[in-house]
Amino acid sequence: MTPLSEDSPYVVEARRLVKRFGANTVVDGIDLRVPRGGCFGLLGPNGAGKTTTLRMILGHSPPSGGALTVLGEAMPAAGRTVRARIGVVPQDDNLDPDFTVMENLRVYASYFPRPAREPLEPYLMSLLDFVALADRAEDRIQALSGGMRRRLVIARALVNDPELLILDEPTTGLDPQIRHLIWARLRELKNHGTTVLLTTHYMEEAERLCDRLAIIDHGRLLAEDAPRRLVAGEVEPNVIEVRTGPGAPPPAELVRHARLEAVDGVWHCHTEDPGAVLAVLQRSPELEYLHRPANLEDVFLRLTGRELRE
Amino acid sequence: MDTTDISGHWRLPAPRPVALAVWRRNVRVWRRLMLPSLVLNFGEPFLYLLGLGFGLGQFIGEMEGIGYFAFLASGLVASSGMMVASYEGIYSVYTRMVPQKTYDGMLATPVRIDDIVAGEMLWCATKGTISGSAILIVATLLGAVAGVEALLCLPLLFLVGLAFAGPAIAVSAVAPSYDFFSYYITLVMTPMFILCGVFYPVSSLPEAAQHAVLVLPLTHAVALIRPLVTGAPLSDVTMHLGVLTGFAVVGFYVAVALVRRRFVV
Repeated sequence: MTPLSEDSPYVVEARRLVKRFGANTVVDGIDLRVPRGGCFGLLGPNGAGKTTTLRMILGHSPPSGGALTVLGEAMPAAGRTVRARIGVVPQDDNLDPDFTVMENLRVYASYFPRPAREPLEPYLMSLLDFVALADRAEDRIQALSGGMRRRLVIARALVNDPELLILDEPTTGLDPQIRHLIWARLRELKNHGTTVLLTTHYMEEAERLCDRLAIIDHGRLLAEDAPRRLVAGEVEPNVIEVRTGPGAPPPAELVRHARLEAVDGVWHCHTEDPGAVLAVLQRSPELEYLHRPANLEDVFLRLTGRELRE
Repeated sequence: MDTTDISGHWRLPAPRPVALAVWRRNVRVWRRLMLPSLVLNFGEPFLYLLGLGFGLGQFIGEMEGIGYFAFLASGLVASSGMMVASYEGIYSVYTRMVPQKTYDGMLATPVRIDDIVAGEMLWCATKGTISGSAILIVATLLGAVAGVEALLCLPLLFLVGLAFAGPAIAVSAVAPSYDFFSYYITLVMTPMFILCGVFYPVSSLPEAAQHAVLVLPLTHAVALIRPLVTGAPLSDVTMHLGVLTGFAVVGFYVAVALVRRRFVV
């Protein structure tokens, strides 16, 4: 296990990474390489091991096996120095309720060994401006909406001008306007050279924001590629959804032209040859159907299955 | 859990100067709520002193050759250092550690658990010192303080605060909820408050009990602070300081290890 050199093209490199809690293996030998620059997404259902992987990357959880380097340094040994170069947006809001918006940034900045910019105050103000909160600088945290709090947590994660920004489900529970604003800001950061690493279970977020995606489930890496290539490589390009009603069989001939999947009374026909499927369906005019291109959700469900996770 | 994790939790702490940033964060919050906090710091002991000191004092007269008012006032300086540092170390520390997730925020930065616990202990001791000083001021105004050597109570109160902060933070680290603190208050703090010489001299306890209370830090805090306030002769200074320092050092170590166990999994 040779350590990576400083000029490694990867900000995170995990080899056979394992995390066990007692008999429960949460991360089961993941190999992960997050390239410097761009946005990398960890996509997986609840309990897939996403947050545990992030905790190991941050040095908060010692791996049970494998090797992990972050920004060229071995973890968890180098946790303190590595965290000085990382920004973190946690899943839960942990803003300081005793302080104003601006004080939250000021106090957080005091936890870093040296200010990211001198003088610090105008830099902090520019961060508030970046997340559209400049006019709320003196407000108490209790006066902020959920979307404002999330934006403030993002601004707080930038007080040290990080090389790597890590976000754990950054837009969960937010309305579409806020979600789009956050996506726009993350794209802007990416364009300025910050590497963005996020977890999500929103396909749209993964598709719009991420240059590369790793789909993980049950602690294993199932696929890793650019979103478009995942769709091209893992599933047939066309989906024709045929509504037959629960329990009813599909037209028998379809099996010859498509991979069939029953989903609550709808048959999903995954196919390379939509013309042939449509020709079969023309002969049964009573059937309703929907023809659409395959998307990331098809890939995700194919790889992780359809059973419920809670 | 892997055995390597457990030894990891118990490795020696190495706090860094960033602990002062944690301390400053708490000072900042306290400044916002300073007025109600100070009213409490002055008000409660003022009531105790007036009610018990003057009320009981009329019947008791002197205790160990000291007027009862001064005897009680000096005891309350010490017990207030204990109470305030302990309460900060349980309720407030737990609030930051668990429901408020303040530590999670700090731990995403270069701040480590060693630094957080050191900063919290310094803050608990600071608050204990403020509270003990408040009583000292009230006692001085009411004529119960013998001389300027009472100023030595200030650094002593800080040490007393450290001695109680460590165990209190350790209790917070293992607490499943706020209810858990009732055990600590009922089984640890209240017995000390009653048995360690705050209201009457330890020498009036049965002999076995006199030896038993020697393992409790409040006994040593009272034994140092009372002579400094009332002008009575000091004795066994090294032992008293040694016990208080021991509680502070071991308390810090155990608190760091238990907070690590809570967070580093």
